[in-house]
Amino acid sequence: MKDEPRVLQISPIRNGTVIDHITAGEALNVLKILGITGTTDECLSIATNVASEKSGRKDVVKISDRELCTEEVDRIALIAPQATINIIRDYLVCEKMGVEIPRVLLGVVRCPNRGCISNTNEPIKSRFEVTKRGLHCLYCDWYLKDDIPGHII
Amino acid sequence: MRQHIISIKEFEKKDIDALLDRAEAIDQGDYDPKALEDKILGVLFFEPSTRTRMSFEAAMARLGGASIDMGGVEASSVVKGETLADTIRVVSGYADAIVLRHPREGAAQLASEFASVPVLNAGDGAGQHPSQTLIDLYTIRQAMPLEGIDVGLLGDLRYGRTAHSLAYALTQYDVTIHTLAPEGLEMPPNVVEELRERGVEIVVHDEIGEFTRALDVMYVTRIQRERFPDSASYYAVASSYRVTPELLAEARERMIVLHPLPRVDEIDPRVDALPHAKYFQQARNGVPIRMALLLEVMG
Ligand SMILES: [Zn+2]
Repeated sequence: MKDEPRVLQISPIRNGTVIDHITAGEALNVLKILGITGTTDECLSIATNVASEKSGRKDVVKISDRELCTEEVDRIALIAPQATINIIRDYLVCEKMGVEIPRVLLGVVRCPNRGCISNTNEPIKSRFEVTKRGLHCLYCDWYLKDDIPGHII
Repeated sequence: MRQHIISIKEFEKKDIDALLDRAEAIDQGDYDPKALEDKILGVLFFEPSTRTRMSFEAAMARLGGASIDMGGVEASSVVKGETLADTIRVVSGYADAIVLRHPREGAAQLASEFASVPVLNAGDGAGQHPSQTLIDLYTIRQAMPLEGIDVGLLGDLRYGRTAHSLAYALTQYDVTIHTLAPEGLEMPPNVVEELRERGVEIVVHDEIGEFTRALDVMYVTRIQRERFPDSASYYAVASSYRVTPELLAEARERMIVLHPLPRVDEIDPRVDALPHAKYFQQARNGVPIRMALLLEVMG
């Protein structure tokens, strides 16, 4: 098997973002978080269940001509904490960052408590503190523990 | 001096003790009746709570201050769709402090972010109600020291957030917490976990006699009928969580019964005459506690 020719599964991109080491199976959720759907016009390459030395299997997403901002990276961290983000300019990796779940998530997750003031038309963003018991709403004091991807705004 | 009073969780033990001491002094007549003479309290109640409102207004009046309100919610700009954030910004320009009651949890936190004057939370939805908790603690302290006692929480411990707030505050003292709740209305696991992490011992009971015998303080909360599928199942549960003179015959002599009121069927009216009954005293304590809080933010 050693001599099996390596197949290039995704071609390199000139400018944009490569999200590597996504938890296998989460690539489509990552796209959802980024607001990328079948009707938006980004040029995408997606690979799922790619063999990975680090984690066995992983997903990879490449997005041409778009550089992710911090808030987007924060969202990815919630569902794919192992992911790495490479910003590509003219085929070169210009910035390489690991995703890191920040201490406070601003405007990333919707509060599961329907009675929470953050679920109204008030001029505020949802605000959650990341704790070991789950995401803690800093408005209403509720905890979000299950189905975090389903609550991402 | 403190800027806002939003949640009991932001109080350390020494803050609580200082406030209770101040309320006690006020209770004994030791206060300046003109202390807030030049101050105005904006009373914003987006849902009715007559007693809380009256006790804040009484507290303000006893300190020489004035209260203004927005009239009925129906008549105000709320029906025109104004956000709470805007209302708070506007009223900040009229008043020296705002007391807020709102049906949504987290409303007081939001208000504190938009107000340029101190905000006092008078209850937000099923959320925080810090002045109620201070009243509860004060009433206990009038009867016995807050240290080394057994406090029992009875009733709807799932939605009854006054019980949660009291439990959080009690973690600052050397207290054992006992709970007894109908099936499905037990204290949420994350609350229990957080309380235990704060170092308090929690004993979960399933029998009211054994529960009663273990206590120095019994804190009763209302079981809401709408939590049950039909009235028959409500009455079945409610009758087994009813505090009666017969039940209290087994209680410790110094045991006191508290209830944030209004009560429905949880406490037999015959209990009112017993020395254990402290819930009307508790209601009366609303005024000195709220005077202490108003002095804290405006004094
Ligand atoms: Zn919330």
